[in-house]
Amino acid sequence: MGDVLAYAELRNGELRQVARETVSAARALADELGGQVHVVALGASGTSAAVEELSRYGADRLLVAEDEEFGTYHPDAATKAVQEVMSSGSYEAVLFPASAQGKDLSARVAARLDRGLASEVTDIEVENGEPVVRRPQYAGKVYARLRFLERPALISLRPNVFVPQERSGQGSVEQLHIEPAPARARVSGVERGEREVLDVREASVVVSGGRGLQDPDNWRLLEDLVDALGSGATLGASRAVVDAGWRPHGEQVGQTGKVVSPNLYFAVGISGAIQHLAGMRTANVIVAVNKDSEAPIFGVADYGIIGDLFEVLPRLTEEIRMLASQGR
Amino acid sequence: MRSIVCIKRVPDSEARIRVAGDGKHIDPSGVKFVMNPYGEYALEEAMRLRDAAGEGSVTVMTLGPDEARETLLSALAMGADEAVLLRAEGSSEGSMEGLAVARALADEIAARTYDLLFFGKQAIDDDNMQVPAMVAELLDLPCATVVVDLSVQDGRAVARREVEGGHETVEFALPGVVAAQKGLNEPRYPSLKGIMAAKKKPLEEKDVELRAAKLELIGLEPPPGRPEPVIVGEGPEAVPELVRRLREEARVL
Ligand SMILES: Cc1cc2nc3c(=O)[nH]c(=O)nc-3n(C[C@H](O)[C@H](O)[C@H](O)COP(=O)(O)OP(=O)(O)OC[C@H]3O[C@@H](n4cnc5c(N)ncnc54)[C@H](O)[C@@H]3O)c2cc1C
Ligand SMILES: Nc1ncnc2c1ncn2[C@@H]1O[C@H](COP(=O)(O)O)[C@@H](O)[C@H]1O
Repeated sequence: MGDVLAYAELRNGELRQVARETVSAARALADELGGQVHVVALGASGTSAAVEELSRYGADRLLVAEDEEFGTYHPDAATKAVQEVMSSGSYEAVLFPASAQGKDLSARVAARLDRGLASEVTDIEVENGEPVVRRPQYAGKVYARLRFLERPALISLRPNVFVPQERSGQGSVEQLHIEPAPARARVSGVERGEREVLDVREASVVVSGGRGLQDPDNWRLLEDLVDALGSGATLGASRAVVDAGWRPHGEQVGQTGKVVSPNLYFAVGISGAIQHLAGMRTANVIVAVNKDSEAPIFGVADYGIIGDLFEVLPRLTEEIRMLASQGR
Repeated sequence: MRSIVCIKRVPDSEARIRVAGDGKHIDPSGVKFVMNPYGEYALEEAMRLRDAAGEGSVTVMTLGPDEARETLLSALAMGADEAVLLRAEGSSEGSMEGLAVARALADEIAARTYDLLFFGKQAIDDDNMQVPAMVAELLDLPCATVVVDLSVQDGRAVARREVEGGHETVEFALPGVVAAQKGLNEPRYPSLKGIMAAKKKPLEEKDVELRAAKLELIGLEPPPGRPEPVIVGEGPEAVPELVRRLREEARVL
C-alpha cells in the first residue's frame, strides 16, 4: 500500500517535461506514504528507451505498453490501458499532468472507475497518512483544499508547478501487453506551428504582449527578447491582441486562454485586466513594462518599469544578450 | 440536427470572489452571475448547425439551484428551442463535484435522442474541465474536447482541437460529444424579440438528487499572496537595474 502511479506523457516518442514533473511529484508523495512509484507510459515501439530516463526522477517500476496505435494519443485506447494498469496494482493515488492530454484522460478514467478527480492541483500534502490537495478555483481568486473519500485518489497536476527532481534510482522497464481499444473517435491529423513552438503552459519564461504593441509587426521586438532569453522562453498574448487577429489563440493567457505558471513572466503593453491576471498571477516572478503608472498590472508585478515599451524592450533584449554572452 | 447543450451559471469573470463565513462556499452577495462563456460558444454552434440543416432543435440543460433558470432563459432568448432545469437544491454551483454532475446530466440525457451533445470546455467557477469527457464515458460516446472548429456532414463530425503547440483533427460518427473552446464562433446577443419569445418556450423543471461526493472540501482559502510590487524605475535607463535584480535578487536569469 501507499503506492503511487504516475502517467508519463510523451509526444512524438519523446518525454514531455510534464512527465518528469508528474513522476517527481509521485515520488515525493510515495515517500511520505511509504510506497513505491510506478510509471505507466504508452507509445509506439521504441518508447521504452525514452521512458527509461524517468528512473532518475524516482520511478521504481516503468510499465511501458508499446503499440503503433499508442504512437499518437487516442483517448479510448489510452483510457483502457491506464484502467488495466490501475487494476493490476493497489494504488493510493494516480497522478496525471493537467495538460490537454492528461485532463482528457484523467476525466475519462475517473468516470470509468467511478472515483473522484481533483484537477489542476498546485500542491499535495500528506495529512493523517492521506493525500490532501490544493487547487485554484474561480480563476485563482480562491483555492480549495480537498481530501479523497475513496482510493485511489485521482489528481492532475498543473504544468510547471511541481519541480522535476533528479535523484539516484534504478527503476527498470517492464513491457506490458495491452490490446489497444477500438477508437470511437479517430485522430486523423496533427498540425504543429511553423516551428515547433514551446507552449505557454510549459515554458519557463513567457514574454507576453498586449495592445500596447500597436501593430502585429512589432512582435519582432518580443521575438528578439524571447530569442535572447533562450530555449525555455516563448511568446504569450493578451486577449485584446488575439481578438484583433494579431496573435493565435494558442498564445492567449488568461481566464479564456491558458493559465501559466512560468518561472518568469513579462507583461509588455498589457494593462492587467482581471481576466488576464487570472492566467498569470501564479508565475514565480512577474515583470511589467507599461507607460501608464496606474495600470493594474503594476499591482501584481514583482518588478515594473514605467515607460515606452518601444524604448525599453530593445534595451532589455540587449542587456539580456550581453548576460548570455558572458555565460551569465 | 438535434443538439443538447449543457450550460452552467457562473460568477461573471470580473466578479470579486470572497469566501463565505462557513469557509466552504463563496459569498454570493454582490456577485453577478452569467452564462459560462464557453457555454455561449457551445450554444452558438448548436444553433448554427440547426439553422444550416434547416431542421432539428436545440435543447439547453443545466444543473443547479433555482436561480439557474435565469441562465436557461437567456439561452432561450439567444435562440435555443427548449430548456431543462435539473434542480439540485442546497448546492451552490461551484461546489458540485465533476463526476456527480456528469452522472446527473448523463442520466437525464440517456433518456433523450440527439445527434450532438455540446459542452463548454471548462466552467469558469470550478475550472475543472472534467464534465464533458466524463459524460462521454458514461454514455459510451465519442468525444472531442477543446474544439475550435467543427463540421458535420453525412452523420460524421470533424472537429479541430487545440492541443499544446498545435492542433489535432478528430473524426467520429454521430452521436457524439463536443466541448467548445473560444474561437469556435462568435456568439450572438439575444435580440429583444428573442427575449420576448423566450418566455413562451418550454422550460421543464425536475428535482434531482446529487450522488454522494467522492471528494471532501476541507475549505476554501484566499490565494497565496504576492510580494509587494517594486517599481524599478522609468524608461530604458531602468533596464540595467531590472536585469540586476532579476539576476541577483529573484535569481531567475
Ligand atoms: C469573459 C471575459 C474573458 C476574458 N478573458 C481574457 C483572457 O483570457 N486574457 C486576457 O488577456 N484578457 C481577457 N479578457 C479581456 C480583458 O478584460 C482585457 O480587455 C484585455 O486583457 C486587455 O488586453 P490588453 O492589456 O492587451 O489591452 P489594453 O487594456 O488596451 O492595455 C494596453 C496597455 O498597453 C499600455 N501601452 C500602450 N502603449 C504603450 C507603450 N508604447 N509602451 C508601454 N505601454 C503601452 C497601456 O498603458 C495599456 O495599459 C476577457 C474579458 C472577458 C469579459
Ligand atoms: N452544473 C452544470 N450544469 C450543466 N452543465 C454543466 C454543469 N457543470 C458543468 N457543466 C458542463 O461541463 C462543462 C465543463 O465544466 P467543468 O468540468 O466543471 O469545468 C461546462 O462548460 C458545461 O458545459
